Amino acid sequence: MQAPPLRPQTDPPAPVREPESLPELRSPRRIRWIRRRRALARFWKEYRKSGMGMAGLIILVLFLAMALFAIFGDDAGVDPSRTFGPVLAPPSRDYPFGTNDLGISVLTLVVQGSKISLLVGLTATVLSMTIGAAVGVIAGYRGGGVDNLLMRVTDFGLVLPWLALAIVLASLIGQSLGAIILVIGVTSWPATARLVRAQVLSIRERPYIERAKALGGSNTHMIVRHVLPNAMPVILANTILTIAIAILSETALSFLGLGDPTKPSWGTILEDAFSAGATTLGAWWWIAAPGVCITLVVLAFTMCGFAMDEIINPRLKNR
Amino acid sequence: MGSRSYTLRKVLHAFITLFFVLIFNFFLFRVLPSDPVKFLTRGAGLEISPEEQQELLRDFGLDKPVWPISLTPPSFTADNQLFDYLGDTARLDFGTSITVNSGESVLGLFLEFMWPTLLLVGVSTVFSVLLGVWMGIRAGWRRGGVFDRASMGASLILYSMPEFWLGMLLIILFSANLGWFPNSGRETLGANYTGFAAVADSLNHLFLPALTLTLGYLGEYYLVMRGSLLDVLGEDFILTARAKGVRERMVLNRHAVRNALLPTISLIALSFGFVLGGAITVEVVFSYKGLGGLTYAALQSQDFPVLQAVFLFASAAVILMNLLADLVYGYFDPRVKEA
Repeated sequence: MQAPPLRPQTDPPAPVREPESLPELRSPRRIRWIRRRRALARFWKEYRKSGMGMAGLIILVLFLAMALFAIFGDDAGVDPSRTFGPVLAPPSRDYPFGTNDLGISVLTLVVQGSKISLLVGLTATVLSMTIGAAVGVIAGYRGGGVDNLLMRVTDFGLVLPWLALAIVLASLIGQSLGAIILVIGVTSWPATARLVRAQVLSIRERPYIERAKALGGSNTHMIVRHVLPNAMPVILANTILTIAIAILSETALSFLGLGDPTKPSWGTILEDAFSAGATTLGAWWWIAAPGVCITLVVLAFTMCGFAMDEIINPRLKNR
Repeated sequence: MGSRSYTLRKVLHAFITLFFVLIFNFFLFRVLPSDPVKFLTRGAGLEISPEEQQELLRDFGLDKPVWPISLTPPSFTADNQLFDYLGDTARLDFGTSITVNSGESVLGLFLEFMWPTLLLVGVSTVFSVLLGVWMGIRAGWRRGGVFDRASMGASLILYSMPEFWLGMLLIILFSANLGWFPNSGRETLGANYTGFAAVADSLNHLFLPALTLTLGYLGEYYLVMRGSLLDVLGEDFILTARAKGVRERMVLNRHAVRNALLPTISLIALSFGFVLGGAITVEVVFSYKGLGGLTYAALQSQDFPVLQAVFLFASAAVILMNLLADLVYGYFDPRVKEA
């Protein structure tokens, strides 16, 4: 009788469709790689069918290009000591989105703001997802008392009014991008934790988990190799939707003056415009461009998230 | 499980959560670095002696130990800051404002600023619920139709907008350009209207912020109502009703909408809890003197007693509305009491 393989395989071997790929199926790593690539290709094929998802993706690519341009281009255009354009000029050929009270082109401001808004939104989401996924996986996988305790904490986090908490935290920690990222990250994880836990609870009961356990897989092995990869689609779709919320949160906090004034985001531009009286002066161009950018980016992330949700959870498709 | 024990369990749970919010709130303002004495005397250019500093600390009760239990050495004192805080809160004593309205009690400030916020978010919630539910029913019933696609697009866009940005656009359009509505405040200053004129003046000031919030809340109610109706329409009892020959209008009104309203009702209660803390950004944009405006003023001048009370009040509102949602849900859908 042959000894069982030392490394447990992830799944019962799938029926091999193309015979010519047989020689490749030697190492478990190779099998895993091929399977992941196929799953991704299948996902992309489904995703391409969704008009909403593709529209969102195109908008996001455009904004990402804008942010990259802002990161690698120079920011002399927003330096008030070097910029002498007409003050509060409406849109014209030279200044397509008009100028602000210092004569800085609103187009330049918006391009420079894109990198801060996207950076804060993405970083805060990574923080929130890390906490949320960790809590969800541990609670769902361990069960029992640990689960009970973690879920009590999560329920508690869900009833805390996030904006009030964020204001209190930010006023106590001080003004900085780091503070804003931290505040959004620690106030937005509970919903993710609940979602991931529910997913892990269903994964835990699947036969391959029992099989891996019988082969002597450690807890770390089970979580890293089996639970996390299978919960990943849900975590990713949730991440995309969380980025949208994080960007909106950043905008609100920056508007309330909690952002870093030396690193202006789209929310900071709106705050500057409001405190300079742009609404009473009727300087709509100063407000319009940053707001449209926020709305478009949030809308695009939401559309991508909805499209991914539909693929992962086919029940939603008849919505 | 009986109905009474369901209610009892939910009420108990709400009280426990509230207690933890109190501890959390206390902890938040004690653990994060800030020196109240230095804070109070800064700016005034006051040089104070160590003795005076001690006296100030004693006045605020800050010379006492923070926690009732100490580990080094193991001991217990009944006279500590945590018990003081819990006792003061139980007596509804939230301290006095430092900077916003120096010397006035925080409770008094809250009672003064609460009603405008209640009026604003109450009116906006009523309108957005009515409109959102109606639109959600219409869109879900004819899924994929023109109305469905148009309203879905509009709601997603409204949902993606920062509310305060919408408010700023409305001010520029209706106030700065057209001059139809005032751009800020709750009443015309110095006009001293009485009777009917005063009411008309308030309504005139209320219109733009209420419109902003109505549009801001609309998307969420619409999406939930539509999704919930689509879920219900896939259920077996709808098929049964149709097979019995019930007319379509009756299927919608008697069978589908009644069941689909449940998740929406609990969402309304929940989000009302969250907005009671003040529609902060929108109140700022319209210089509307409510809880949101108060929070902003306290934030700008670092009025910690007010901020602490704001957080407590906002959390209590969510917990209370959560409890209400549970109880209402239990009443309309007795199945949840069994779980």
